[in-house]
Amino acid sequence: MIIMDKKILFYGYGNPGRQDDALGIRFIEQMETWVEKNGYKNIFFDSNYQLNIEDADTISEHNIVFFVDASMEQLESFTITEVEDSNAQVEFTMHAISPGVVLSLCKQIYEKAPKAYLVHIKGYEWDLEFDKGLTEKAEDNLQNALKYIKKKLPEFIENSKS
Amino acid sequence: MSKKITIEPVTRVEGHGKVTIHLDDNNQVSQSRLHIVEFRGFERFVQGRPYWEAPVLVQRLCGICPVSHHLAAAKALDVIVGAGTGDGLTPTGEKMRRLMHYGQIFQSHVLHFFHLASPDLLFGIDGDPALRNVIGIAIKHKELAVQAVMMRKYGQEVIKVTAGKKIHGTGAIPGGINKHLTQTEKDSLLNGDDPMNIDKMIDWSLGALEFFKDYHSKNKDLIDKFAAFPSSHVSLVRKDGAMDLYHGVLRGIDSDGNKILNDVDYQDYLQYIDEEVKSWSYMKFPYLRSIGKKDGWYRVGPLARMNTCDFIPSPLAQKEFEIFQAYTNGKPNGMSMHMHWARLIEILHSAEMMKELLNDPDLMSGELVVKGTKGREGVGLLEAPRGTLFHHYRINDDDQIEMANLIVSTTNNNIPMNTAVNLAAKQFMNGQTEITEGMMNAVEVAIRAYDPCLSCATHALGKMPLEAIILDSYGKELDRKLKNG
Repeated sequence: MIIMDKKILFYGYGNPGRQDDALGIRFIEQMETWVEKNGYKNIFFDSNYQLNIEDADTISEHNIVFFVDASMEQLESFTITEVEDSNAQVEFTMHAISPGVVLSLCKQIYEKAPKAYLVHIKGYEWDLEFDKGLTEKAEDNLQNALKYIKKKLPEFIENSKS
Repeated sequence: MSKKITIEPVTRVEGHGKVTIHLDDNNQVSQSRLHIVEFRGFERFVQGRPYWEAPVLVQRLCGICPVSHHLAAAKALDVIVGAGTGDGLTPTGEKMRRLMHYGQIFQSHVLHFFHLASPDLLFGIDGDPALRNVIGIAIKHKELAVQAVMMRKYGQEVIKVTAGKKIHGTGAIPGGINKHLTQTEKDSLLNGDDPMNIDKMIDWSLGALEFFKDYHSKNKDLIDKFAAFPSSHVSLVRKDGAMDLYHGVLRGIDSDGNKILNDVDYQDYLQYIDEEVKSWSYMKFPYLRSIGKKDGWYRVGPLARMNTCDFIPSPLAQKEFEIFQAYTNGKPNGMSMHMHWARLIEILHSAEMMKELLNDPDLMSGELVVKGTKGREGVGLLEAPRGTLFHHYRINDDDQIEMANLIVSTTNNNIPMNTAVNLAAKQFMNGQTEITEGMMNAVEVAIRAYDPCLSCATHALGKMPLEAIILDSYGKELDRKLKNG
């Protein structure tokens, strides 16, 4: 059993009923299997359709947070960026918030500032296709992201101490 | 030279809203329209799928109110499997579903009031947009932000223990439910560590109502006059006239309070309600057949429910309902901003109902599913957070769905939202030569009062800009503003 000295949360979000929008959820499922298989402790997982205000409470209980989401940005495969505070302008109808807003809310309410990263995995198709899962290219990107995170996890933990 | 102003947020895949405000040569608002590009292909997608999959499949529609779709589909399929038309389930089946539903209403309304509405109230419609948001609330009114976060979390927990999981829950199945509540789940929700227990949720619900009433007493012009207009109202009510968010008969009243839909069985909804198509919007326009296309439109949602029901069957919410009713001397209330007041009363009612259910032994034991003689067609209705939600399915000999028809709450509120937008535009933009952020927000406030769901389940980071385009009568662009781009 390997116990991490930091509490780490992987939080995937998206609608798994819409092809590549499932990337965040699939990442969590596969990462959780790997963590269990290797006996790592102090690594936690959560997932939902989208981020919302209550997630400020969830992340406040962790030292390092990885938000994982599908992306339609022009990415090669995936990116990992550190999440910065962000404000939340209210839209017409807004029922979800960004990782930056979750982090800001956590700081304001709980006075805690977990080190937060956004894992953005490139997706391609977003339709309601019941019998189709991830596209082949999105699956490749998912595996690339998983491989990278597994390898670099000790570095992320080390960096969070600075 | 006349102008057209367009306010348009763009989402990744489906559902986005756009407001066009036409100004005439004197900068008077001549016409305003809310266009919602709503994804309507779902009804076609479910055709050919086994009927029992529907309660899970429909959650793909929307990540905002998946529980409402889940339960409405299950209610329609109850009819198909011969389990009655809403009141034929076992006590355990019906009560577990109700608990799930009240959890959904509770957390959805909390999000709307604290996250979407309260910034406008606390900082002003034309307040600094950098502060007029949930972070601003957390900075200036920390206790409200804490309550919002924890109430949302509580509602999510209720959904998790009843639906089985947070994403694509499987709790409701045709004819019933697939699990009991465990002792641990019950204890946690009833008597969890502060603040995660039902008594605290009720306290905070009462506190939110007091906050609103205090605000109202100091801001009557905004709350009573902004986007206020008379209308008909439709909702489910219990057979005895009580508010019932899960099941009942369809009741409609006109702006004077006369019944125009007299507690009818919703299995026959097509006899009473039709939908009109208009060239300028993808979203349909429901209306009451008996009144006709022009005047048969109606409001649904919290305000409509306060207007249609005779009483609320939980003591604290009933007390607040009496205050609400007394404000208009018992007459139907057409004030759009009173939607927030109504929503807060429903938060309290949901909390009270959850407490009653959590103390009910039926949730922890008893038969889960009932079945009878299978039929071919069924309709499921419930009062979703945003209003009455219709699911209608017909199956073939191979148990496949061959027809599906959904009328979602936001569609029911199509004309009311357009009316509210028009009134807000006239109030804030008439005679103006420059459109400020505050004016644009005023239009958004009118829409937000109805809490429309634009299916933002397929959210996208960095892809939610709000665009304003000013065009002259020849289509020439005069100005363009981008918000959150």
